[in-house]
Amino acid sequence: MGLESALGEGYLTTRLDALVGWARKNSLWPMPMGLSCCAIELMSAGDPRHDISRYGMEVMRFSPRQSDVMIVAGTVTYKMAHVVRKIYDQMAEPRWVIAMGACASSGGMFRSYSVVQGIDQFLPVDVFTAGCPPRPENLFNALIELQKKVEKSSVLDYRDRKEPIIV
Amino acid sequence: MSEQSKITQDFFESPVVTSNLPPKEQRTKLLQALLDMDPDISFDDPLENDMVLNMGPSHPATHGVLRILLRLDGETIVSAMPELGYLHRGYEKIAENETYHEFITHTDRLDYLQPVHNNVAYILAVEKLLGLEAPPRAQYIRTMLSELARISSHLVGFGVMAMDVGAMTLLLWCFREREKIHDIFDLVVGARFTTSYARIGGVAQDITDEGLAAIKAFLDQFLARLDEGERLLNRNRIFFDRCRHVGVISAEDALAIGLTGPNLRGSGVAMDLRRDAPYLVYDQLDFNVITESEGDSLARYYVRLAEMKESVKMVRQCMDKLPAGPVHAHEPKKVLPRKERIYTRMEELIHDFMIVNFGVDPPPGEVYHAVESSKGQLGFHIVSRGEGHPWRLKIRSPSFCNLQALPQLLKGHLLSDILAVLGSLDPVMGEADK
Repeated sequence: MGLESALGEGYLTTRLDALVGWARKNSLWPMPMGLSCCAIELMSAGDPRHDISRYGMEVMRFSPRQSDVMIVAGTVTYKMAHVVRKIYDQMAEPRWVIAMGACASSGGMFRSYSVVQGIDQFLPVDVFTAGCPPRPENLFNALIELQKKVEKSSVLDYRDRKEPIIV
Repeated sequence: MSEQSKITQDFFESPVVTSNLPPKEQRTKLLQALLDMDPDISFDDPLENDMVLNMGPSHPATHGVLRILLRLDGETIVSAMPELGYLHRGYEKIAENETYHEFITHTDRLDYLQPVHNNVAYILAVEKLLGLEAPPRAQYIRTMLSELARISSHLVGFGVMAMDVGAMTLLLWCFREREKIHDIFDLVVGARFTTSYARIGGVAQDITDEGLAAIKAFLDQFLARLDEGERLLNRNRIFFDRCRHVGVISAEDALAIGLTGPNLRGSGVAMDLRRDAPYLVYDQLDFNVITESEGDSLARYYVRLAEMKESVKMVRQCMDKLPAGPVHAHEPKKVLPRKERIYTRMEELIHDFMIVNFGVDPPPGEVYHAVESSKGQLGFHIVSRGEGHPWRLKIRSPSFCNLQALPQLLKGHLLSDILAVLGSLDPVMGEADK
């Protein structure tokens, strides 16, 4: 933000945190990293019944430059992992990651030679979502949890964040 | 390397440092550096060069994680090559280490637009191996749900195709209808999306009157809703211009490449396993095999549209003919017993223990069984050595074979036509990559 470097963590910054957190939380633009089955439920989350726009997140951006939260929906194979990481690296800070479904969270039912056993091996994950695939309601639960996290976080948190190194 | 291009390279590699100079000289030096730069990109022959473009694997219009390498001359596609494997999950290897029952859940995730259909296809192959047949009621329920799954798959197929060429509304309407089918599955199967419904010798549980009523309620309104969607596209000039004469494939080429399903029928070949090699109860149903003769994207769209209407007809017939009776074959050594009986009877407890721990034991041998899924011919080839798990399981996935036509379909078209072609081929990468 620029202010915090001049003022430090003073009164103004704290109030700014609340304002920025509130604004960020209500306009998270997702980057739908739709890989497999979960992508269909991710699409269902945007359909007229579930209506993801109630949470200010209907602006699906396929360009990583324009998005805030990457929803990794589906099985990540070793071949795909490099692509996922590359796209994550292109996103602007602050950025968040939701691991949607069992495959993204832990490899799920695919204990196989080609499947990465959880995207937390190469990405910092903020929220894990259970289900194979999770129902849209469960995805919304994850989004609400993320909103809570975003709301609470300070603008300083993302300034000097160190990312884990990928293989 | 010419003198000028060397300067260009130097400019980019070591930017002009001007910060230690006074402002006026800063500007002069920067300006001079920019003037020295060679802005022209030179080729030996400017008229003979192609551009290689990489599309995917993360691209909104590639239906998942398909990657297409394109050689472009301007905007025209000189050649295209799909690269697969970004969703290779190793199903065939997984199958070798799991019992026949355990693998049912994996078939859900093959073609994830129509899980029921895959369950049924796999179970039919296993039943063929075991020499077992499910009772009629189970067969009718399977047929009914398979056709509903076909509708839900085609809904996504043509909704996404319309979205790719610019008609967003239709996708939302299709998903509205799809949600209703999901509700039916929720009621009948117990899961809305990944169903795992079929079992060896029957289905997981019987369909209730409530479930039948829900299906009827859906069918009663579906055709009207479909008609609404159809009217958005069928006289839409933009949609026609983008899809007509795009991605044309002749009947001979389609057969040679191995296209199946709506993609083959769009080229005028009336091949449909439901009619040609009837399985389940398709021989007792009255339906038409839809064909279109043009072989372009529009023809494939029309085939899908008409097939949904045929599916509605078939589900209605199944509901009328649905017989009473059990939904599990009486084969205690092969069919999983009911839970309530496992807890109260010794025999069932033993059978459950044996089937769950060691699997059903089929005779040694090989079988292949194919069904007409919404994408084409979905076949399972099982090699058994008399153990509880397959020795080898090969999946003939229609999406994989259909994608083979892509280089031929794209050649000579414009870059933006890829969307119309890919949308009309309707591949599902879970199935193509296996």
